[in-house]
Amino acid sequence: MAILQIREAINQAIAEEMDRDPGVFIMGEEVAQYNGAYKVTQGLWKKYGDKRVIDTPITEAGFAGIGIGAAMAGIGVRPIVEMMTWNFAILAFDQIINHAAKARYMSAGQFKVPIVFRGPNGPAHMLGAQHSQALESMMAHVPGLIVMTPSTPYDAKGMLKSAIRDDNPVIFMESELMYGQKGEVPDGEYLIPVGKGDIKREGTDVTIIAWTKMVAVALKAAAELEKEGISAEVLDPRTLRPLDEELIIASVKKTNRAVIVEDSWPFASVGTEIAHRIHTIAFDHLDAPVEKINGADVPMPYAENLEHEAMPSPEKVIAAVKRVLYR
Amino acid sequence: MKKEKTTTDQPRWADLGLSDQKLISMYRDMLLIRRFEERSAQEYGKGKIGGFCHLYIGQEATGVGAIAALRDDDFIYTAYRDHGQALARGMSAKECMAELFGKVTGVSKGIGGSMHFYDLSKGFMGGWGIVGGHPPLAAGTAFATKYQGRDSVTICFMGEASTNQGVVHETLNMAELWRLPVIFITENNGYGMGTAISRAMAGENLYDKAAGYLMNRGAVNGMDVIDMYREMKKAIHLARTEFRPTFLEARTYRYRGHSMSDPGQYRTKEEIEEYKKKDPIETFAKELLQWGVLTEAALERMEEEIKTEVQEAVEFADASPQPPLEMLHQNVYA
Repeated sequence: MAILQIREAINQAIAEEMDRDPGVFIMGEEVAQYNGAYKVTQGLWKKYGDKRVIDTPITEAGFAGIGIGAAMAGIGVRPIVEMMTWNFAILAFDQIINHAAKARYMSAGQFKVPIVFRGPNGPAHMLGAQHSQALESMMAHVPGLIVMTPSTPYDAKGMLKSAIRDDNPVIFMESELMYGQKGEVPDGEYLIPVGKGDIKREGTDVTIIAWTKMVAVALKAAAELEKEGISAEVLDPRTLRPLDEELIIASVKKTNRAVIVEDSWPFASVGTEIAHRIHTIAFDHLDAPVEKINGADVPMPYAENLEHEAMPSPEKVIAAVKRVLYR
Repeated sequence: MKKEKTTTDQPRWADLGLSDQKLISMYRDMLLIRRFEERSAQEYGKGKIGGFCHLYIGQEATGVGAIAALRDDDFIYTAYRDHGQALARGMSAKECMAELFGKVTGVSKGIGGSMHFYDLSKGFMGGWGIVGGHPPLAAGTAFATKYQGRDSVTICFMGEASTNQGVVHETLNMAELWRLPVIFITENNGYGMGTAISRAMAGENLYDKAAGYLMNRGAVNGMDVIDMYREMKKAIHLARTEFRPTFLEARTYRYRGHSMSDPGQYRTKEEIEEYKKKDPIETFAKELLQWGVLTEAALERMEEEIKTEVQEAVEFADASPQPPLEMLHQNVYA
């Protein structure tokens, strides 16, 4: 068992899949000679060379589309397209939504689109509005896309390997602030399947549902709550589309209460969808309406105090848990 | 376009190695497209075809001349005006008409519609509806064939108006930078929907847009199937042997509106009539007769055959079932 940073775990996943399948390559801004803007692709260019580790011009829509067309050819090519951040990937949404997500359906199943778009998502620290936004809800809205959001090195590696082997377009959303986060990663090969969530902490009184960066916030809140005798379960869906509804419903049936934590905007978010499903499927098991903690419904300000105010925090989660417990 | 009968007593395609059979099939493809599209217009009027329907009438030589120059293992992308290229690639009139009728026997099982014809087995990659959205995909398929060590080429039909889109320029840049075996065929029919290109584009020649990328480029008479074939052969050779992309401006004209709902008030009747004098099918027929490739009797027979083929396509489409309801949720994911 090695202790790895998330960036190292992702790097391992890419390298292992490139070793396993010569059709896998990675392209994006600064992925090759610069070793990645966040050093996720460190050493890959040296190891695999120009053919398989490709620096692109700063043209997100263009190289996203090139990746899609390569995947669609049906000749064993599986591109990984790195988006330096998902903020910039907005330029490529036409390619992802109108082309990658629809090619298979519009052709009545003739095409497979085995491609991964990956990069950091969500607010980081004092980057201002254009570089601080969580966009998973926009991607999860689209049928034809798979959306994965890892929260630990172990998950990041196993999930990315599954994403690369999947025959569908996968949106793989990491977090800039988490690249240095460390955790145990087994030495041998393992896969974490698409669509499988994970209980990050067991509990009996309330289910806190969170993904990527918000898992840590939820775990911090759960540790504090334990001191007050409240047993919180922390559930990480890991894949947002398709959602592990079974795991979520089973947990809520056990705890009878749920709080959802996400750093995206609140309107029409993934959390809204999860809350809706809990309310409709597990209504009779609920002892309180589902609570949702989001980032503030504003473009992200730069000032540190305002940014902090805009973000979910353990304190806000604790308050929400107490509301659903009527305490 | 050169006038025939210069000093030589050979046809102008003598150097191209085209057999009579190939010439006849190129002519037949153009005529089939013309008759198919005329019938599509009628069926649209009857309410058998829904939504948007963009006809290829007038532009037949561009699609047929280009596709005739390809190998079976090459790939084709096009925009939403895609019926003509599909027929030229050998997709059947029956399955194409059934797609327009929204039937399960269609090329995309009725799920795609007029703008989304696909046949992966023929390298026909569609059929895309967002102006300028598909050229990056074409470059990507070219990237994949080169990556896998194949010598296939990918051709990409696109409208002239798409060359004002940013992503098209991103694609031209990378295609040249990475030496991708892709040929961009800009079908310049003069109008982006109802806006004349002169009102939408700074600059004079469309192909100049590729100059900034130092890409091989030029213009061709897209109303002439032989000129089209000739220029494509050169571009394909460059792509196949040297991985060099080409930007080819095919100057052509559409006789009908942008789509079936176009009142056409942005151009004059005289302009349309002027182009019809240069009709790609009529002029090619004259040449084929002149050089004895076809006889009047053979032309008449072909006209009859195609009439039957299109009639049978309509009957087939009409008689075919709609997609079953369970197809609604199929093929969202692999």
